[in-house]
Amino acid sequence: MGENIYKPVYSKDTKLVVSDLKVYFPIRRSFIDVLRGKPRLYVKAVDGVSFDVKEGEVFALAGESGCGKTTTGKSILRLNEITEGSIGYLPSKKIENVVKLPMVKKLSEHGHIDLYSIPDKYFKPFRQDIQMIWQDPFGSLNPRRTIFEILEEPLDIHGISSTKEERTEIIAKALEEVKLTPPEEFMWRYPHMLSGGQRQRVVISRALILKPSLVIADEPVSMLDVSIRAEILQLMMDLKKRLGLTYIFITHDLALARYISNRIAVMYLGKIVEMGDARKVVEDPYHPYTKALVEAIPEPDPQRRFIIKELPIKGEVPSPINVPSGCRFHPRCIALDKHPELAELCKTKEPPLIEVAPGRYVACWLYAKK
Amino acid sequence: MSEPLLQVRNLKTYFYTLKGVVKAVDDVSFELNRGESLGIAGESGCGKSTLAFSLIRLVPPPGKIAGGSIIFQGRDITKLSEEEFRREVRWQGISMVFQGAMNVLNPVYTVGDQIAELFMVHKGYTKQEGLKEAERLLQMVGIDPRRVKSYPFELSGGMKQRVVIAMALALSPPLVIADEPTTALDVVVQAQIMNLLKKLKQELKTSIILISHDLSLIAELADKVAIMYGGKIVEYGQSDLVYNNPQHPYTKGLLGSIPRLRGEIKDLTWIPGTPPDLINPPPGCRFHPRCPYAMDKCKKEEPPIIEVEKGHYVACWLYA
Repeated sequence: MGENIYKPVYSKDTKLVVSDLKVYFPIRRSFIDVLRGKPRLYVKAVDGVSFDVKEGEVFALAGESGCGKTTTGKSILRLNEITEGSIGYLPSKKIENVVKLPMVKKLSEHGHIDLYSIPDKYFKPFRQDIQMIWQDPFGSLNPRRTIFEILEEPLDIHGISSTKEERTEIIAKALEEVKLTPPEEFMWRYPHMLSGGQRQRVVISRALILKPSLVIADEPVSMLDVSIRAEILQLMMDLKKRLGLTYIFITHDLALARYISNRIAVMYLGKIVEMGDARKVVEDPYHPYTKALVEAIPEPDPQRRFIIKELPIKGEVPSPINVPSGCRFHPRCIALDKHPELAELCKTKEPPLIEVAPGRYVACWLYAKK
Repeated sequence: MSEPLLQVRNLKTYFYTLKGVVKAVDDVSFELNRGESLGIAGESGCGKSTLAFSLIRLVPPPGKIAGGSIIFQGRDITKLSEEEFRREVRWQGISMVFQGAMNVLNPVYTVGDQIAELFMVHKGYTKQEGLKEAERLLQMVGIDPRRVKSYPFELSGGMKQRVVIAMALALSPPLVIADEPTTALDVVVQAQIMNLLKKLKQELKTSIILISHDLSLIAELADKVAIMYGGKIVEYGQSDLVYNNPQHPYTKGLLGSIPRLRGEIKDLTWIPGTPPDLINPPPGCRFHPRCPYAMDKCKKEEPPIIEVEKGHYVACWLYA
């Protein structure tokens, strides 16, 4: 097998390096199963994921629900325990002193550190530097607090500014930044008094008020009407440019990912199956799963109503508890039916993520040298 | 030409709340021929779901049909008594696929029991006969008939949605209303459900009214499109005409905001502002506060409905 298997690289402009990340969630056994000595089962939410994100880049993690994209995002913020692997992070200037602690593991000469080697009590500054934009603007804002109180909380937790006047000023600026103007008018409202789009602006503003350098956006527009999605995305892109942010964009919408991201990684059942330049991956997908995903996206062309096009995929997503052997996509793969000579390989051996063109990686035996 | 299957004339559905009257559907008219399908598109809160609930007379209180008529198969169904409507029209004439299949099915009965119940109530079948029908229907929507014995939690989201569609088709109604039938489903499953609806439309000649905020989804099925804004239809016509030659600024805005899969990446456009408050809608054209072409007239007078080309109607002063 070749030397062109994907390995994330640490360089001085990579903000984040996720290396062979595995997140398994144990399933509770019943008391009787414990007595019978049944082995513990695991949901393999993320099962060996590697990628790197360049500074200033928009990196999209795409896939259907249950593919592990959100768990990967949460792992970066240390919102869940990881089973294996490391997450290397290049801290921004303002938190460099934390990095000097003796137990912190260095991963490269450029200053990447392993986020999971930092003791819990020293992790707080990283939560300032890495922020998350949540999916559901209806569920992620406390309905009993005013917008002012919602935005004040992160300042409070991280001990930024002590006087009320100062805070009011910071919050007013943050609201102006997301175009909720005049800020005095929005500050004292409750979330239920805002529309979905306005709420999502508050969520964005709450993420940016601590001046992070890496923002993980988990489906930031999927709960909004199509007609206002573009406005929120444009706002996010403007802020990125102005504040020099790096985005990890978690989405199920490949058409959208093509518009706003530089690179896409397509995930299936806890693994990356294809990765590369956003436009190329969507316009000319290689992996059979990516092909099916692209085929499934509806387009505003009324001629399509006359055509029933069978999707190039069969069956349903299997449970992440019993992941299929070999290539985990093989039970659903149409390409496998056309290439019976690969059947043995696909069913028994997991395909590595291989470089098939410069910067383009696919995990499929169709493209790998056997 | 034969009489249309459904004619909605000046339909008004209002909600009488303590804060005032919410005019969720305000003077809406359209028609639908047998076997034809109509897509109703618009942002959340534009009244599209209320319109659907009006057609099947399930508008939740304090909502009421306040005026207009719904002529279905030659008779005005707003004039029927509740009992007559339930016995003769609901589910036998017009059925509905509700939004959010996950929550529509009863978790403590098998799907077979739930489908069989329809036949027992509406047709007086025995349970055995009902279950037989249930097997036939499951097969039709692409589920293994042995699944009649399954409980909803044993099925995936896509399969539950198929069961809900099977229930809507149970009594072979000429008209099925599908309200956002694929929200909360993944794209692959969504495409499979759309394929199923297309097949049903072609094979059974069922008329389908598809309600969605996503114009790309509607393009997959609809022969005609109605674009709703603030409780009114602002553009209406054959889908080829509306998609390829949109006239109303709102329709143009909606189409411009859809990211495409191929071709050059142009900046996506959007519609600034928020949908109108339907208790106090803006005077004149309801879209004028968000419209880039708004003129003085738009702020004062409501635009008439104009036929810009044959079978293509627009309510906008730009064309009057």
